[in-house]
Amino acid sequence: MSNPVSGAKPHPKLQAHFHSMEQQLEASTLGMWVFLVTEVMFFGGMFMAYLVYRNMYPHAWVEASHELNWQLGGLNTMVLIMSSLTMALAVRAAMLGQKRYQIINLTLTILLGCVFLVVKFFEYKAKFEHHLVPGPNFDPTLEQGMQIFFSLYFMLTGVHAAHMIIGIVMMTVILTMAARDSFNAEYYTPVEVAGLYWHFVDIVWIFLFPLLYLLGRHGA
Amino acid sequence: MSHQVPSIRMYVGVFAALLIFTATTVWVAGLDLGRLNTPVALGIAITKGSLVILFFMGVRNNTPLTKTVAISGFLWLLILFSLGMNDYLTRGWLGVTGR
Repeated sequence: MSNPVSGAKPHPKLQAHFHSMEQQLEASTLGMWVFLVTEVMFFGGMFMAYLVYRNMYPHAWVEASHELNWQLGGLNTMVLIMSSLTMALAVRAAMLGQKRYQIINLTLTILLGCVFLVVKFFEYKAKFEHHLVPGPNFDPTLEQGMQIFFSLYFMLTGVHAAHMIIGIVMMTVILTMAARDSFNAEYYTPVEVAGLYWHFVDIVWIFLFPLLYLLGRHGA
Repeated sequence: MSHQVPSIRMYVGVFAALLIFTATTVWVAGLDLGRLNTPVALGIAITKGSLVILFFMGVRNNTPLTKTVAISGFLWLLILFSLGMNDYLTRGWLGVTGR
């Protein structure tokens, strides 16, 4: 805990119900983590479904996993890890009040997020062409286990992609705020909290990649 | 939350470790380890996730309360998986019709 200089004028961004800027940042970080725990449980339900059905249809899952392009999945893993690095560096630049580095790193983060979505678009496109998307053109000859795999694949990666889009919108707002000098070494809470969200979405992908793309590679 | 700013070297080091683990998980997936393939892949994913949480998200510098909340989230997840699978994996044992 920092000790605010007594008698000094409080920071303009300090809300009345907080004792210090440090306490305010701690409270925001805690609040974001509580939200992220609900996100863990949200994705957790789908991972639970994955566990149950994979246990029920082990062979169909390996078969279905072969339909996924692990090279593109691996590329996207690297893209997201890179974006997490630029995000962490953007938060660091905000802590130091380095506006230029902050803007560069936030822009890179947004661009890498867009690269992820473009790769994902081409992956989805191939699945539509191969009739592997649940819906009217779903391949009816697929065995039940494979159908469930693709349903879960699109649910998990789709919800993850939605999180990416929300993250990119959020980062655009943060970038605008940074460009308008909203942050400095005393006040960078929005960057920090938005960064936590971005890293969380990265972690979800770190688990999705081996569980969806790599699960049947040794049998290929 | 301490005011000390982590070094760029630390971030780049974590980034390099994450890339190495990604390459490892792809490589290991190509080997036939029998039943061990999935546990190994999950072990690597958990290691990568922990690196992101501890260093990129800076949880190691957070207050004990935030640490507790972060850990508790994954504990609840563990409860979901263990009690859930406790049900599904043992359903066949008694030979009850209709599972």
